[in-house]
Amino acid sequence: MTELLQHIVNTLILGSTYALLGIGLTLIFGIMRVVNFAHGELYSFGAYALYFVGVMLGLNFFLALIVAVVLGCFAGALIEVVLLRPMRGADIDTTMLVMIGAMIVMQNGEQFVWGGVAKSVSTPFPELPLVIGSISVSWLRLFVFCAALALIGVSYLLINRTKLGKAMRATFQDRDAASLMGVNIQFIYMATFAIGSSLAAAAGALLGPVYVISPQMGNLASLKAFAIVILGGLGSIGGATIGGFLLALAEELGAGYVSSGYRDAMGFLIIIVVLLFKPTGLFARAERIG
Amino acid sequence: MKRLVPYIALAAFASVPLWLHDPYLLNAFITTGILIVAAMSLNLLLGYTGQLSLGHVAFFGIGAYTSALVSLGFDVELIGGIRVVHEPWPVWTGFVIGTLVAALCGYAVGKLSFKVRGAYFVIVTISFAEVVRLVALNWVELTQGPLALTSIPPMTLGFPGVGYLDFYSKQSNYYLVLAVLVVSYIVIQRLVYSRVGRAMIALKENESLAVSVGIDVTRYLVLAAIFSAGIAGAAGSLYAHYLKIIDPDVFAFLYTVTMVIMVISGGKGTLAGPIVGGLIFGFIPVAARSFATPEIQWILYGLLMIIIVFVLPKGIVPAVEKWFSAPNTSVDPEPLQAKMHDTP
Repeated sequence: MTELLQHIVNTLILGSTYALLGIGLTLIFGIMRVVNFAHGELYSFGAYALYFVGVMLGLNFFLALIVAVVLGCFAGALIEVVLLRPMRGADIDTTMLVMIGAMIVMQNGEQFVWGGVAKSVSTPFPELPLVIGSISVSWLRLFVFCAALALIGVSYLLINRTKLGKAMRATFQDRDAASLMGVNIQFIYMATFAIGSSLAAAAGALLGPVYVISPQMGNLASLKAFAIVILGGLGSIGGATIGGFLLALAEELGAGYVSSGYRDAMGFLIIIVVLLFKPTGLFARAERIG
Repeated sequence: MKRLVPYIALAAFASVPLWLHDPYLLNAFITTGILIVAAMSLNLLLGYTGQLSLGHVAFFGIGAYTSALVSLGFDVELIGGIRVVHEPWPVWTGFVIGTLVAALCGYAVGKLSFKVRGAYFVIVTISFAEVVRLVALNWVELTQGPLALTSIPPMTLGFPGVGYLDFYSKQSNYYLVLAVLVVSYIVIQRLVYSRVGRAMIALKENESLAVSVGIDVTRYLVLAAIFSAGIAGAAGSLYAHYLKIIDPDVFAFLYTVTMVIMVISGGKGTLAGPIVGGLIFGFIPVAARSFATPEIQWILYGLLMIIIVFVLPKGIVPAVEKWFSAPNTSVDPEPLQAKMHDTP
């Protein structure tokens, strides 16, 4: 019982960051129809940005987190303008190949700049975990959970309560009609990619101090993000949030009760099963965003 | 003249071991040849049916592991205490069984995953490859996990009453790979120019139209997947018996990416495309090794991939063919069509 409770606590913390990854990707895939293989690299970009600003420049940890998210936003905008804007109108396979190229360049760029040795980031939180009954949670993980929930809330408000969000939703539903109504589609695409990237960077910056930062950390992140998007249904922020927690639960239980070696296999098995039996995702009534 | 090109190319490649004695370059030729066979098999799916499978390395790895295990023997205990013992068999049976098992997996994966298309198909195929990789990594009793399967015997061919041939040297392996490449090329050519091939191209061009005239789409897609996976498995088997060691890294996503870029750069849907693209991308590391670390090589690789998609989206072979066949055409119909599609 204690073991199960501990797994559930771990699930909540891991799931909150998975949800961030998933929301970022569901926006990009939903609105732009780009299969973003570089999503995982923006995740590791966020972690390295935190390391650079927080450890090498010595900035305050919380400020460094904010800077990492902002840098992720700029990196996303840059990728969109340089690589995706010229490819507008190309089919989905072509943009996918470009993003795979970008993924290879970014990952090996990180390897070149930072070397293969994993980096760790120290945080201002106490070493001793918070113990409630028989469950223990480190303060850092608790902070990660709260920060991720806050970011999920912010992105929900951004999509549903702002003018930019409205334009994004309109673009998702019908690009041409939105364009006729005066929505600047080019700007919406750039904003979408930048927001999605900053959420991935936030997930990386939050999880970086929990684990270690290495050039390979983004390898599985893209595919996990896809698992979450597929679980939740395309374009659904609520679905991506629940999908994130479900994937984390499957991984925790799989690692805890089946075999820790198959932890990462859970996401892929979920993808295969969901796509074969319910291709629209578990929660999508129809394709919509919000 | 054009008909002679494949024969001239074959004669040129057959002569390579006669004048090239540098073992490093010969090794590069052999591994590139193996990857070209894999790329040719991917081209059957990607180029002729239009389905982008990013899990193709799974069939390559399954062929490699099956072939190695058949020729090495194994002893595993399955769930429920059933013990399976396999004594080592001759290597050529490993090659045959590896090819067949990969083809069977192609059948199963095709049957299941052709229910979805586009981005979802891509993601299902990657997921399959990742699951297989994790099994190879974690089923230590069978695969030795990260410790790798070692001392895999080299390929041997037995002829009853005559004796046998073994492939220890680089020269003999070169000819073995070349032979498999030629056979795969002929198989794919026969398939593509048959009724099956025409059906595949029809459904790539317009799937709903193909269905409406009575083409059983799934059947032909699955057929393409079986051949494609089988040839990839044969390439994997060659790889295992040439390197004599394999570990779960044969399932790495980057191998699939390498195959895809070989096909795209050479020209998908052309028979010669994977060979041309394969030679270019197979020898980039050879050319770059003198001045670049592996990271820089990969960065160049990624950049080249982006540039090729931008500049030559149809690939090198179609561009060359067009240049030779119609140098004086004043009106180029292709950009016009593209423009018409772009208008919102």
